[in-house]
Amino acid sequence: MGELLDIKNLRTDIQQRRSVVHAVDGVSLTLGEGQILGLVGESGSGKTMTGMSIVRLLPPGGHIVGGSITLAGRELTALDDEAMRRVRGNEIGVVFQDPMTSLNPTMTIGNQIAEAVQGNRGAARERAAETLDLVGMPRARERLDNYPHQLSGGMRQRVMIAMALASDPKLLIADEPTTALDATIQEQILDLLESLRARLGMGILLITHDLAVISRYADQVAVMYAGRIVETGPTGPVLRRMRHRYTEALMAAVPRRDQDAGIDLYSIPGLPPDLSDPPAGCRFHPRCLFSQDDCGATDPPLVTVAPGHQHACLHPVTYTAGSTLKLTERASDGRRVIDARAVPLVEVRDLVKEYPVTAGLLQRRVGAVSAVAGVSFTLTPGETFGLVGESGCGKSTLGRALVALEKPTSGSIIFAGHDITAMPAGELRRIRRDLQLMFQDPYASLDPRMRVGAILREPLAIQRIGSRRDQDRRVGELLEEVGLRPSAAQSYPHEFSGGQRQRIGLARALALEPKLVVADEPVSALDVSIQAQILNLMRELRERLGLSYVIISHDLAVVRYMADRIGVMYLGKLVEIGPATDVSDHPAHPYTEALLRAVPDLTSAGRATPATNGASPARPAVRGELPSAINPPSGCRFRTRCPRAQELCAEVEPPLRPFGPHHLAACHFPLRAPLPVEAGLHAPASPGT
Amino acid sequence: MNAPNLDVLASPKGGEVRAEGGLGRAIGRAFTANRLAVLGVGLIVVIVAFCFLGPLLYHTDQVYTNLTAANLPPSAAHPLGTDYLGYDELGRLMAGGQSSIEVGLAAAVMASAIGVAWGALAGYFGGVVDAVMMRIVDIVLSIPGLFILLFVATIIPPTLGTMIAIIALFAWLIPARLVRGEVLSLRSREYVQAVRVMGGRGGRIMLRHLIPNAIGVIVVQATFQVADAILIFAVLSYLGFGLSSPAASWGEMLSSGTPYLYDDYWWLIYPPGVAILLIVLAFNFVGDALRDALDVRLRQT
Repeated sequence: MGELLDIKNLRTDIQQRRSVVHAVDGVSLTLGEGQILGLVGESGSGKTMTGMSIVRLLPPGGHIVGGSITLAGRELTALDDEAMRRVRGNEIGVVFQDPMTSLNPTMTIGNQIAEAVQGNRGAARERAAETLDLVGMPRARERLDNYPHQLSGGMRQRVMIAMALASDPKLLIADEPTTALDATIQEQILDLLESLRARLGMGILLITHDLAVISRYADQVAVMYAGRIVETGPTGPVLRRMRHRYTEALMAAVPRRDQDAGIDLYSIPGLPPDLSDPPAGCRFHPRCLFSQDDCGATDPPLVTVAPGHQHACLHPVTYTAGSTLKLTERASDGRRVIDARAVPLVEVRDLVKEYPVTAGLLQRRVGAVSAVAGVSFTLTPGETFGLVGESGCGKSTLGRALVALEKPTSGSIIFAGHDITAMPAGELRRIRRDLQLMFQDPYASLDPRMRVGAILREPLAIQRIGSRRDQDRRVGELLEEVGLRPSAAQSYPHEFSGGQRQRIGLARALALEPKLVVADEPVSALDVSIQAQILNLMRELRERLGLSYVIISHDLAVVRYMADRIGVMYLGKLVEIGPATDVSDHPAHPYTEALLRAVPDLTSAGRATPATNGASPARPAVRGELPSAINPPSGCRFRTRCPRAQELCAEVEPPLRPFGPHHLAACHFPLRAPLPVEAGLHAPASPGT
Repeated sequence: MNAPNLDVLASPKGGEVRAEGGLGRAIGRAFTANRLAVLGVGLIVVIVAFCFLGPLLYHTDQVYTNLTAANLPPSAAHPLGTDYLGYDELGRLMAGGQSSIEVGLAAAVMASAIGVAWGALAGYFGGVVDAVMMRIVDIVLSIPGLFILLFVATIIPPTLGTMIAIIALFAWLIPARLVRGEVLSLRSREYVQAVRVMGGRGGRIMLRHLIPNAIGVIVVQATFQVADAILIFAVLSYLGFGLSSPAASWGEMLSSGTPYLYDDYWWLIYPPGVAILLIVLAFNFVGDALRDALDVRLRQT
């Protein structure tokens, strides 16, 4: 079979002011018709540059310096810009990551899609409607006259795909197409891509950092590191019986759904290399546990181990005793047995937070966004509580209320016997020592104009703890605690990498020796290998300092790995709460189950044949998208998307019912039978126990 | 640069990619790469040296008039001739430059200080406070500035101090708007929230975090304000509302030379005119370059 796309020894450089970055350095790939090729790697590995080289949409200073790209027998690197433009319009479609910035906000989506089509206006509009329909846009014809802001994120991504498909391309390049989307929407979009390639017979180059997505959707996978392909082959063998040490390390760094919490995640030491001056020999060898003397000397060639399965490693995984990564096991899995009689550290009672919606000249209040709608739970000292849900479900608002950054509309938060929602400012200032927040974005959470020393000293200065000398000593201790050198105090934040900044953010949160740290998406901005470093560090500090965490994340695997207890939120409501393993292994609420199923997981990597495991009929996708929080659905808020919804759901709001020890869920038609009320032990949600 | 070794967990070599030198260095590099900026700085240095060091080398009498030596063309004794009162034109240019530069710098500093405080407060508090404070700015901006300046200048006796105050009175509005916009976007940054979580008060947030991070905008704006203030001072002086004789200023020199425009007394017109042009141009070059240099930082972070 002739390959659709054949890349041979592609090299792309980016000229910078004082150096040349070899972003793509000798990459060879093939992609057949109707296939999905997953290109996976960490940020800076050159995966996006490879994709953009194909369509020649390179950043300023970027140009292809060698190799060939053949699309259906035609050499693309030899084409002039005008011919290349026609190729982009007709033969290759591109879907970018961010559907908001990739669409023109001043044009209707119909016109934007029609723009991509050759031919007269009427025909173009017809074709636009057709493609919109193809990508599963409900009432496609009516939607043609909508503007991008009138659509949700998932719908906008469908429009992007429709634009890419409008001219019937042979090849679709999808660069992180779902990274900005929620789990349930991600599933819908990826399922759509998968069905399209089968129906239209096009090849899809799926560029992503997410190994789990690759494992579910790709037929072939190519793992990139530092501008090179290190391992490639059919998805199953590569992910299940990988040979390259980098692939092995990457797989061990991702928390899986069945991750044993007693085993640390593998964290790849160090950082990816600077591509303007890559290390000699194997580019991974400085970070590789198995590197030997020859790794730094010889450039490993691609070796074929099975039909189509190649790797570039001198000392590959051999699957004999002692040859695989040894992971540190902990004495215990660190999970705490929930003690119902323990004095709670935090008790949240009927917390409600609404933001007024105003309109008109006089800013009259016309409604309210219900961000948190009557949430109650307790947290015992030393416990880690995981809060999951899609964006807009109110989990961040709840987290901010816990550290008194947000004043709730009603309800109370009792911390160590005091209600922090009704506390004089002076007293609140003192109690803030015990309640700290760790931020998501390591780039925005540190003041760029302050040295790290000053950043870490600030909380101590604010709370007037110790003399200047004591504070400096404490800064040194904190840096050591999070694994940074004391000399880091003299540097500015921009001199550090993302993971290092997140360590600084954690150190700052710990400076006041808090009892509770609320971590809002602590690792979602980080690469997989760095993410494992931070998660391991957080676990270690929890044990050493006796911290309680509230970990807010959209990533169930991360939360399950870290938390003792999980709370699942949907549109401001806590729909399920219980011990982490119980909730994730035996969910009672259909939403929890949908969330679990929507997230691709590595546990099943390669178990099913990759071509079919995506559309397994046992996976009922959640329909539609999160409804507006301005007028939430009556009764059960999930009913509009729930496969089990009945009339009762619209009329009566389901109460939290017990499903096991400390396991509660709010559903009329749960996935398993609730415990009889009297056997339901105590209900942690009800105050006064 | 001796960058601190940032390796984490014994990061191996080739790992650290971010030791790119300090922030100041990057800005400095971008600034010096701009030829106009270097020209601007050079011009400012030369003009300041001319005005403040010149009189030490070139002594002239700028207090007593000498009508017998009025309107002399350039000669060996008076390289730029003399004006209608017999003052040496070159010496007068130096003295006039002193007052122009002093007024320009002081007014810009004062206007920036008021503007930054006003804008930072409005931006930080937001809501009603912001609305009221910014409407005041809008109202003052809607009044023709020159008219008020002239009006105030007729009431208050013109001295160096009052000239500075009058000019600053109207110049603070633009920095106030700019800083308010900047603070509005900065205050929602996570590092500002982090200070709140630590229990930090508004004053600390404003002085330690918001204003330092807005400093780039403030400095660029202040540079342009120096140029503007020098121009306004020249206009006021030209219209006769500036410093009273024997104090000198470039605007006043221009004004007193104007009646002789048709007598070919070019030495009364061109020197102060060119001086005003050069200094205003120089500060604008520097301001433009600073803005571009700070953009470099924004692009990197």
